Amino acid sequence: MTDVGYVVAGWVIAGGVLGGYTVRLRRRLARAERERSDAEPRA
Amino acid sequence: MTTELDRDQLLAPVLRRVLGWSALVSMVALVAFGLFGAPTDAVQGDAQRVMYLHVPSAWLAYLAFFVTAAASAFFLWPRTRATVWDRVAGASAELGVMFTALALVLGSIWGRPVWGIWWAWDARLVSTALLFFLFLGYLALRRIPGGDPVGVAKRNAIAALIAFVDVPIVHFSVEWWRTLHQQATVFNPELNPQIHGVMGLTLWIGTIAFTLAFVYLLDRRYRLAVLEDGQEERALDRAIEDRRSQAVGAGSVS
Repeated sequence: MTDVGYVVAGWVIAGGVLGGYTVRLRRRLARAERERSDAEPRA
Repeated sequence: MTTELDRDQLLAPVLRRVLGWSALVSMVALVAFGLFGAPTDAVQGDAQRVMYLHVPSAWLAYLAFFVTAAASAFFLWPRTRATVWDRVAGASAELGVMFTALALVLGSIWGRPVWGIWWAWDARLVSTALLFFLFLGYLALRRIPGGDPVGVAKRNAIAALIAFVDVPIVHFSVEWWRTLHQQATVFNPELNPQIHGVMGLTLWIGTIAFTLAFVYLLDRRYRLAVLEDGQEERALDRAIEDRRSQAVGAGSVS
């Protein structure tokens, strides 16, 4: 693999891990917020 | 266990939005400078561009585990004990594990073209891998239920403080042992390193971008912990209510 190949691999992995974690966290949070609002007694 | 410090959100919504957008903008700047703006290293060539991710990842691992240790100490100290510290400790440890994994993987990718190997049984590498597994174990420990919530949180806090002992070992490993990994350079006054201005700027942009992302994600992970605790409490309430109604039903039949 060339130097550029290692660089691309590194940046893609970092972007994938950070981006993937952020997206998954936001989805879990949105689902939990929905569940909480559904569970709250309505006035 | 509940005190005035317990809260549903760590950051105000406006501050959170500003942080999120600042993290995103600084990440875009990091990509621009790291891949195109910074000059190619004279010795290592383009492979050195992995440094702009590897060093901030390692810095964030230190910071995240420091936050976990500090929050754990605040929880153990009776005067400052509050649920907020236990949740902050857990949220920060999860992020620390992610950044440690990134530092290890990126270090390996950088090491292959520069050292000629993916991995070495080097003091810095081994102590960092140990740090990863120690806090992975801490996260697993947090999932083990117990009877008394304060007792469980105390157990977790003690485990976090024990795991944190490895952080200074990781940091000073390059001085205490002969290692393949280089010693500290950027902040080492004895070496007086000459780093190209744009390279130094890019490293700072990376550190700032990762730090902003860490604070934003810490806030979001904390909020998720609050909501998950609420889900568990509601599930417990429902289970108790079901048992009560079953007992009442059985009593009326007999």
